[in-house]
This record gives sequence, C-alpha cells and structure tokens, in this order.
Amino acid sequence: MTQNLFNKVYDQHVVGQLASGQDQIFVGRHLIHEVTSPQAFEMLRERGLKVMFPERTLATVDHIIPTDDQARPFVDLLAEQMMSAIEVNCAEFGVELLKLDDQRQGIVHVVGPEQGLTQPGITLVCGDSHTSTHGAFGNISLGIGTSQVAQVLATQTLAMKRLEVRRIEVNGTLASGVFAKDVALHIIRVLGVEGGVGYAYEYAGTVFDAMDMEERMTVCNMSIEGGARCGYVNPDETTVEYLRGRPLSPQGEEFERAAEWWLSLASGPDAEFDDVIKIDAADIEPTVTWGINPAQSVGVSKAIPAVSEFPEHEQVGVQEALEFMDIQAEAPIAGLKIDVAFIGSCTNSRISDLREAAAVAKGNQVADGVRALIVPGSQLVRQQAESEGLDKVFTEAGFEWRSAGCSMCLAMNPDKLQGREISASSSNRNFKGRQGSPTGRTLLMSPAMVAAAAVNGCVTDVRNMLG
Amino acid sequence: MSEVKQITGAGVPLFLDDIDTDRIIPARFLRCVSFDGLGEHAFEDDRKQDTNHPFDDERFANGKVLVSGRNFGCGSSREHAPQSLMRWGIQAVIAESFAEIFFGNCTGLGIPAVCADREELKKLAAAIEAQPDLEVTVDLEALQVRYGDTAISCTTTEEARSALVSGQWDFLGQLLAEQPAIRSTAASLPYLSNFA
Repeated sequence: MTQNLFNKVYDQHVVGQLASGQDQIFVGRHLIHEVTSPQAFEMLRERGLKVMFPERTLATVDHIIPTDDQARPFVDLLAEQMMSAIEVNCAEFGVELLKLDDQRQGIVHVVGPEQGLTQPGITLVCGDSHTSTHGAFGNISLGIGTSQVAQVLATQTLAMKRLEVRRIEVNGTLASGVFAKDVALHIIRVLGVEGGVGYAYEYAGTVFDAMDMEERMTVCNMSIEGGARCGYVNPDETTVEYLRGRPLSPQGEEFERAAEWWLSLASGPDAEFDDVIKIDAADIEPTVTWGINPAQSVGVSKAIPAVSEFPEHEQVGVQEALEFMDIQAEAPIAGLKIDVAFIGSCTNSRISDLREAAAVAKGNQVADGVRALIVPGSQLVRQQAESEGLDKVFTEAGFEWRSAGCSMCLAMNPDKLQGREISASSSNRNFKGRQGSPTGRTLLMSPAMVAAAAVNGCVTDVRNMLG
Repeated sequence: MSEVKQITGAGVPLFLDDIDTDRIIPARFLRCVSFDGLGEHAFEDDRKQDTNHPFDDERFANGKVLVSGRNFGCGSSREHAPQSLMRWGIQAVIAESFAEIFFGNCTGLGIPAVCADREELKKLAAAIEAQPDLEVTVDLEALQVRYGDTAISCTTTEEARSALVSGQWDFLGQLLAEQPAIRSTAASLPYLSNFA
C-alpha cells in the first residue's frame, strides 16, 4: 500500500506537534478577503506582530462589493468601511491587494486558480469555507476561522489534526445536460450534509478524469456542503495544461520540473484510503434542491420525496424544510415557479458556466416577472465572456450583466431576494435566509438549469432544451 | 490563557439538526470590522420568525450552555457565529455532532463543544424546558455532562480537550514559538525552492 495524495502533502507540511496534540502545518498559500480578515489584522496589532511571509498571502475583495454601481464611497457605508479596512491593512502589513480597479479582482476562489496561484501539492487556506474549491488541483485547501487567519498571517502555520481520506469514485459517462454541479449535489444527497465530517474527499473515477479544471473546481467547492472540509482531485495532464502559462505558475524549465513533481503526488493505484464510495454516473440526473440544506435535492424528473421516505430522526427537519419552502411533498419539482434567477458564486461563475448558461439562454427571453442576474466570478471572466459575445446573448435575453463578486450567493451586497421570493441559483447554499431575505427561498441547480428556469419561469429539465 | 475544565450554568434548549452558521448570524451582520455587538444579533432571523425562540425567551436569558442536535454550526466558516453566541452569553455547546470548522473556531475561543447521545440530549433539553434555572455542568476532565441527579458521558476530540483543559487553546503563541522550525519546513518545500 502507498500513501494517498492527502497524506503525502500533509507530511511535507508538518512543522511539528503542539503540546495539545495538534500538528503545526505550514501554509503554502493564504488568500484573504474583506469579511474575515479585519479582526485578524486587529489581533496582530494588539500583539505587536508582523506578517511572517507577506508574499505568501494575496488579498482580493468580493463579498461586499456592489456588482452594479461600484463608485466609491459605496452607498452602503458599512461595506465602504470594510473596503477601507482591507486597503489600510494590506498597505500597512505589506500584503498585495487586488482592488476593484485591478482586472485580476474577483471572487477569491476564482482568482487563485485563474492566476496560477493555486497549484498541486501545496497547502492553501482562506477564511472562507469554500476554500475547498482549490483542491481541484490536487492539494490540501481548507476553510478557516478568523483567529486562524491571524495565526497564518503571523506564523504561516495553523494547528490541525490529520483528516481521514474517503475516495469517492464516480465511473461512467455523464449524460447530456448533466453537469459537475449535478455530480456535487448527487454526492451530497447520497452521503448527507455531515457525511464528510472528519474526512478529506478524494474525487476519482472516469467522470473526474474526463472533467476540465473548472468542473473539478465546482465539485471540490461543494465538498464543505457535504461536511468535508476539503476535497481534491489527483493532478493529471489536465491540471498541468491548465496551469501552463498562468501569471503565477512556474515558467520555462521550472514549469517542467514542477509538473513532474505535481504528477508524482497523485494517489497511486495501490494507495490506501480510510473509506471508498462508488457512484454510477448513469444515476445522476440534473438535480435541484427543494429544501433548506444542500442534501435535500431530487432529480428534476422526480417528485419531492414524502416525509415518510426519510429516517425517523430526519423527519422533523424535512417537515421544517417543506414548511419553510412552502412546497408539497410528493409534488413534481419541475414546474415549480421562480421569481429570481442567479448565475454566479465561487461554485459556478467561471467561463464554462457562462457558456453553458448562454447556450440555453440564446434566442430565448427571460420569463415575465423573473429577475435574472449574471455575475461573473472575476473581471477576467467577464472580459472573456464579452470577447465571446456572451454578454450580448444574456442582455438580449433579458438577463442583467453585472461586475464580479459574490453577490446574491450570500447577499452581503445590495443584490438580495425580497420577501418570500424563490430563486433558482447556481450558488452553493439553500439555507434559510441565505440570499438576503430572511424568508427568501433558494433552489440550487447547475447554471444551465438556472438559465432554463429563467426563460421558462419555473424549474425546467434542461435536457429538453438542448439539441 | 485560562484553563477551561468545567462550565456550569443554566441551559438553553435548541434541539434542532443542521443549524447552519447563516442562521446563527445572518450574513448582513458580517458587515463589520470588529466582533463587538454581534451578541444581540445571534439567531436574529430565526427569532423574528419564531416568537418562541429560546434566545428570546426570558426563562433562558441567563443561559450559558447551549443544547442542540446534529451537525451544529454547518456551512460558512465565519467565526462571527461562535463569537455571536459567546457574546450573547453562551460558554459551552452540547450537541449530537458539530461541523468541523465551527468546532475548531469554538476551541480557539475557549468554548467547549462536546457531543452527547441524541436520546440523552432530548432528555436534557426537556429537563431545561421544565426547569430553566437547572444547573448544567460540562466537565471536560471527566468527559461528563451533569444536571440534577443525572450524569451522561460526552465526547470531544482529545486535542481540543487537552488544549482547553491545559489553557493552551489560543494557538497563536505556541505557533509563534516555532519560527526556526517554520523556516526550515518552508525551505524543504519544492515549490518554495524552484522545484529544484
């Protein structure tokens, strides 16, 4: 038996063991944003500390920034205060910040890979649970709290306990109209929202072998929704080719040496795992959530399950979800009316997501009464989409074309649901109140499914709209 | 840092599963540069929709020990969630299970997060409902939760228990002490030495 990727990378980053038993782990790359960093910098000031490796941290702004009028000062003075705080903190502590006037600005989990910062074999942390996204490159990428952000700034390390590793193999071929998002939602439904606690997920099998990097990022991004703090895909030629030529990738001969090392990290055929799960790609349909956690989902051709189909201990939660969503058990999910369509977030706001949505939107019109937003994940994604004419496809179909940010995924900026609105969303969480209205409702699905819902005004099987 | 061996106080029963950190502290309250003032907004949206929410119930206003269900603290990594609970007055959380990032954030704030059997938690929540001033003790040395005449066993990770009991739950000082080892690990990493 040989070591899996997680353990190889973990071992290389162990600095030592703390008295309480945790390992001290070196952090190769640290990403910060305006929401979870101000208190961390304050902790450094209180203790008179500096940033130990300022060049290992990169800052961007994404959560609070408006995606329409971005003139400073922001209309929301609290958002303006946070923006000013990260500008002052990064300047004072010597950390590079991608501001709004920098075309590299965007959602932290879109920017890292796009710049070539996210690489195989590293450890990467960020004060954001969707840091698991970066695991698509074959590394250990973890979300952390603000006290840990301070620890990483001051020491480039954090205290942690080694995770167990569960290999999730998805074999077969995804049917047309079935996307990476559907794979993620399917896995979460099968294993549950806390099934991954204590595990790193290794995603493998022919479905992941065939995926491009953006698709892998979508699935790794949702690892945390299944309880796993990190998820990864073993590096392969797809990984290497994605990284070739990116601004922060190694260049020239160094790149070839890097690629050799990256590929050597992959779990071998005899690698050891703490658990193995196998899933058949043929079982995965376009998937839509009907409840208030990301495991409460169903294939679009199916009915919302009956309460009695759940184990007894889950039934109270299922009943709570049905009441909050105000939907009927055993009714079909297709045809459920929506008020808002949102395509964006660190899960699904990359160029391939926008292409898939545009293919559905093209030549159609957003249904009457539906408010539809496209929020690219970064300014570079936005530029790329514009160079392909996707912005025109969307605006001609009646979608709003916005600037980069987290936007209505968590609605810390002005993009919010109102009252009881229902949103078809390409984001990652359908929690109560997640999209900005305490009583607002969210249906998670792939970007193509959101586009299909937008033009039909209701949940629609995108397979019926693709040629 | 102070040693955290035992927390004793009144309980707050919130026996629900999958309470996510967006519910504990809705995202709009994250528009801040300090954790001060988050206590009053804990569970704000749940409280508006449920007039019987325990965080609004005078009987539990002095509660220190929160009792909840499965997968408590799932979702966002926001440390604002345990910060808001702590500032509301919570000093320990007992649940069937915890999401991992939330659990780590609690430990780093000196808040014990311990797991107990579901049926026992239901009984505990009912006992608190029946007698809101009932004293509940979370004992990290004995790994027990005690109330009235009842003692139930609880679990947590050995690392968290050890850090809390020994008063070493603020890791910053310990991590800082290892600067030479940190630099030596950095120097050994291929990606910090041109992959040579």
